[in-house]
Amino acid sequence: MLENRVKQAPSSWQSYFSQAINFVTFLYIKGGVLPWFLVLAVLGFSLSSEYFLTQTNLSGISMHATYLVLVAMAQMLVMLTAGLDLSVGVMIAMTSVVSSLTMGAMWSGYGSGWESILIGCVAGLCACAGIGLVNGIGVAWFRVPAFIMTLGMSSVVLGLALSLTGGIPIYGMPPNFTDIFGYGVWKGFPVPILVTIPCIGLMYLFLNWTRVGRYIYAIGGNLRAAQLSGINTKMCLIIAYTAAAFFTGIAALLITARLDTGESNLGVSYPLLSIAACAIGGVSLQGGVGKLHNVVLGAVFIILIQNGMNLMRINSYYQMVAIGSLLIISIMAENFRQQLMLTYKNKTGSSI
Amino acid sequence: MKITSQPQQSPHSDQLRVRNAKPLIHLQGVSKDYFGSTALKPMNFDIYAGEVHALFGENGAGKSTLLKIITGDTQPSSGKILINDEGVKITSVHHAKELGISAVFQEYTLVPQLTVEENLFLGSDLSSGIFLQKTRLRKWAKQTLERLEFDLEPNQLVMNLSHAQQRMVEIAKAFHSSPAIMILDEPTAALSGRETKQLFAMIDVLKSEGIGVVYVSHRTSEIFRLSDRVSVMQDGHLICTHTTSEIDEDKLIELAFGHRFESFFPTIKSNTGKQLLSISNLCLTNSLVQDASLTINAGEIVGLTGLAGSGAADIARACFGLNQIKSGVITYLDDQVYNKELGINELKPRAMLDRGMLYLPADRRTEGLIMEHNIRQNISLPSLSLAKFSSGFWVRRKREKHIMESVSRRLKINPLSIENVLNHLSGGTQQKVMLAKGFVRDVQLFILDEPTIGVDIGTRAEIYRLLQEFCDAGASVLLISSDLGEVANIAHRVYIVDRGELLAEIPHNSISEATLSHYLDQRETALSC
Repeated sequence: MLENRVKQAPSSWQSYFSQAINFVTFLYIKGGVLPWFLVLAVLGFSLSSEYFLTQTNLSGISMHATYLVLVAMAQMLVMLTAGLDLSVGVMIAMTSVVSSLTMGAMWSGYGSGWESILIGCVAGLCACAGIGLVNGIGVAWFRVPAFIMTLGMSSVVLGLALSLTGGIPIYGMPPNFTDIFGYGVWKGFPVPILVTIPCIGLMYLFLNWTRVGRYIYAIGGNLRAAQLSGINTKMCLIIAYTAAAFFTGIAALLITARLDTGESNLGVSYPLLSIAACAIGGVSLQGGVGKLHNVVLGAVFIILIQNGMNLMRINSYYQMVAIGSLLIISIMAENFRQQLMLTYKNKTGSSI
Repeated sequence: MKITSQPQQSPHSDQLRVRNAKPLIHLQGVSKDYFGSTALKPMNFDIYAGEVHALFGENGAGKSTLLKIITGDTQPSSGKILINDEGVKITSVHHAKELGISAVFQEYTLVPQLTVEENLFLGSDLSSGIFLQKTRLRKWAKQTLERLEFDLEPNQLVMNLSHAQQRMVEIAKAFHSSPAIMILDEPTAALSGRETKQLFAMIDVLKSEGIGVVYVSHRTSEIFRLSDRVSVMQDGHLICTHTTSEIDEDKLIELAFGHRFESFFPTIKSNTGKQLLSISNLCLTNSLVQDASLTINAGEIVGLTGLAGSGAADIARACFGLNQIKSGVITYLDDQVYNKELGINELKPRAMLDRGMLYLPADRRTEGLIMEHNIRQNISLPSLSLAKFSSGFWVRRKREKHIMESVSRRLKINPLSIENVLNHLSGGTQQKVMLAKGFVRDVQLFILDEPTIGVDIGTRAEIYRLLQEFCDAGASVLLISSDLGEVANIAHRVYIVDRGELLAEIPHNSISEATLSHYLDQRETALSC
């Protein structure tokens, strides 16, 4: 009797253990790497700094995350078509320069300056959308690989932005612009967040409830199949790139308002950060796969990591190392997940 | 270990050899299961030195599985492989090469940007340290090509060669490791008559060198011209192995195709209506197709058959705007949709879809479906612009879901699996999903390119049932298939295509597999004589 029990005990313990492993595997296959990253980061940072979980810090994080959330959504739109937008950084610079120049030129120095703010914003958005349009036309019509097209455009646009400003920051925007769009608070919510939330909603509707949204997924999933299904793939690609530029432009305006200057050296880190947010959020580099809420979470996660590292007083050079590593690790984890999914399917005969 | 073969004194005395010699390789009770379904039933197979052993059977009979086992691409589930009476486990394609087994498959394995000699030695270790020995390489390449009597220069770029020459490079590549066994999988597909003759001469050289050749072909004439023995496969069984001189063509065809499908194929009533599509004198730019004319009437199934590379699919693809047309006129339902002289060209997927044509490609992975998306998204994709799926800018997702429920009933798949990603489904289900694109829109003409390729028997039967449904509802089907049995039993009329030419139109009452392969072979002998 006793012998039996002794023998049974480890085996049942083992079975619990293997069940737990199976469960964890299942969760990982289902949810991807992002939830684990988030849990680990929150745990780690809250243990290392008591300030991390305070309301002030958390609202600071969400406030800072808005810019990256917007740019990451733009990046996602392009990545869904199996492309890559390396020009989001210079789009931010260009929008900032154009809008601040326009506002400065329009504003007389007296009064609220609402017209000049409006016209400046429209000018900035148009410039940005124009860059996206050129990207889209290059990729769709002239079949330049997205990587090359946007890389080339980054140099073109940066050159133009620098020649417009001579590299000098531009001042002289109406104070209302900064006061409201940079630092404004309405009913306890910072204005940038109030701008970003409808943008997320808009993007959600666009991707999931419109035909063009579905076509964009289809183009990235299998371009040939989309063409054979009678989809105007060129038009959809152009729309995707232009819409991406538009959302980047909104982020650029908010950043400009926050800084109260127009600068041609803004946005340098955004291409990497936005791609990282998408990759961590499970957007496939091959296109066609990715969920908006995961991308938003991915962007928040990156800001959270940066914030946590700042609190731990980690040198900003090491922060660069960390962010780059996270990008690479997230891709590795995704590949591993695909592999697990296959073995899981073979083992149980069912798919998830 | 390496398979050793002695050159035979007289390559045609195979009876004598069977009694005297040992086989180069002997498969004993070898079988293969894939996830519970049997691809290959336990069977015996052997190859002797200096013989051509032909494999004959329809698509999906198990030929490719057998070849994969011999070339080490996959491991048998049971049975033994004997080389020199010793059990061997062939672990990889590389291992098989080391053992002396080389294969030329239908897939393209050359690097077009490299020269002939660079391709020949790609992947073999001909280097001292990290550097390639270029002069030695050149010499060896010359020797190999001379030995095979191939008219090729070692320093030519592969991309500048003709199709047949590229085939030769592949054969030379398989040859240069001096194999004992050479596997040729449909080597004459896409070769012209003259090139085929050259290839046959080369195979005779191989035989005289004492190499055992496994030759897979759909063309009976080739089998009788080349082989010493022939094995017939059907449904994963190796039915029998005969000395080729002892059987005749009719017997061979009967063995391979049997009458198994009589009840398997549904009888589809044709209710022929008015003319739907007519193609006259079609010539294509990037294809062999010359001067092709055919008509399709409402409510009938028209077969378009030919061997791989015959151009049958190109004709159909041109009608959907996927191939560039040189000349010709295409009329769809009284409207001219293509006429170069009048400057009419409406052949685009969207326009033809709107006119009621649906083309479903042969390669569902690269062209037909989006593997990372679910069933619902795939089926509704071509029809999203219809009013039932969208109003203006917006997708009507509730309606879509509702429609998909009835689709899943018709497809006989679990309604819950509608949201499953295609990657996780079986090939048969994927193929059905592709066909189901025709459920949710009005289609008058289905153009189906090899709709049953790579699917199991059960799904095949279901696909035929769907074709029957389409036809009963008054739609027409243009069925492009290299499976003669399928075309003979399903189609009401058949066009035979060979090397870009429409050879014949066979009316319903005289369609049979025997007539079809007869036509193809007649042409073959005419070309090779």
